[in-house]
Amino acid sequence: MTATVENPPADLLAVTTVTIEGESDLLRVRSTVRAYARQAGLGLTATTKVVTAGSELARNILRYATGGQGVAHIEEAASGQRRGVQDVFADPGPGIADLDQAMRSGFSTAGSLGLGLPGSRRLVDEFSIDSAPGRGTRVAICQWDR
Amino acid sequence: MLFSSRCGWSRPGPSRGIGPAPVPDTAAIMHMGPDLLVTLHGELDDRTVESIERDLTSEVARTHSRGALIDVSALDVVDSFAARVLARLVRMIRMLGAEAAIVGIRPAVAITLVELGVSMADVTTALNAEQGMARLRRMRADGSVRGGHDSHG
Repeated sequence: MTATVENPPADLLAVTTVTIEGESDLLRVRSTVRAYARQAGLGLTATTKVVTAGSELARNILRYATGGQGVAHIEEAASGQRRGVQDVFADPGPGIADLDQAMRSGFSTAGSLGLGLPGSRRLVDEFSIDSAPGRGTRVAICQWDR
Repeated sequence: MLFSSRCGWSRPGPSRGIGPAPVPDTAAIMHMGPDLLVTLHGELDDRTVESIERDLTSEVARTHSRGALIDVSALDVVDSFAARVLARLVRMIRMLGAEAAIVGIRPAVAITLVELGVSMADVTTALNAEQGMARLRRMRADGSVRGGHDSHG
């Protein structure tokens, strides 16, 4: 017999990688993060926050990374009973010389508001950044369902 | 360790995300008496937000509108870029001599923008288009008494 579940969630891959190289990829990142957040059962506000954080971090890659290129890896996270969505935004360069300064609200080298990194950190449950000149930048965020 | 080293720049086999690229939507501008109403919906990319900014500003000037409402109630994400362009759009319309308000910001979007650090303090907002329309009328009434429209927000 067929299952009677209505609107079964579409099965997502363990990890989805979105190549970021143009503006339309921002929309891809948003829709992918949203799909994983829904699958993990995140509430509306938590979902909105993590999708917005993803949009900010993907835009950072377009704006700052060499050639405006990088990748986003989006996957489901699990820890005990908790489920969540984990995103890693990585680019190969040029890297950030002064991380403390970059994490400060209002600092920007590109004439923007300088909200991208510190703002994204406030939107998610977990945030880590790894960057150095010549080594690229890797930002990981995680949002839990509770 | 939560952020495992499985994720990295050199991971092979990139895909294009979930499904095809969402198609950016454009927005139609409606005329309501002396005012304009533009309803944004779907996924807005940066270019679309900026083209709406240009279109609405031009339409206000072309039609000598008294006010403009920007309805964002259908947007489930407004990031710092979109918020900044919307705030700029409101300032531009005011500079033309009309009133403008952003209406229908969803609660989750409002929470997100506040935590992100985006200030919409100098932007007139309203819960929905109806209240926004009343707000525009009130601002016009006040403005005609005070002879300006920068006296309150």
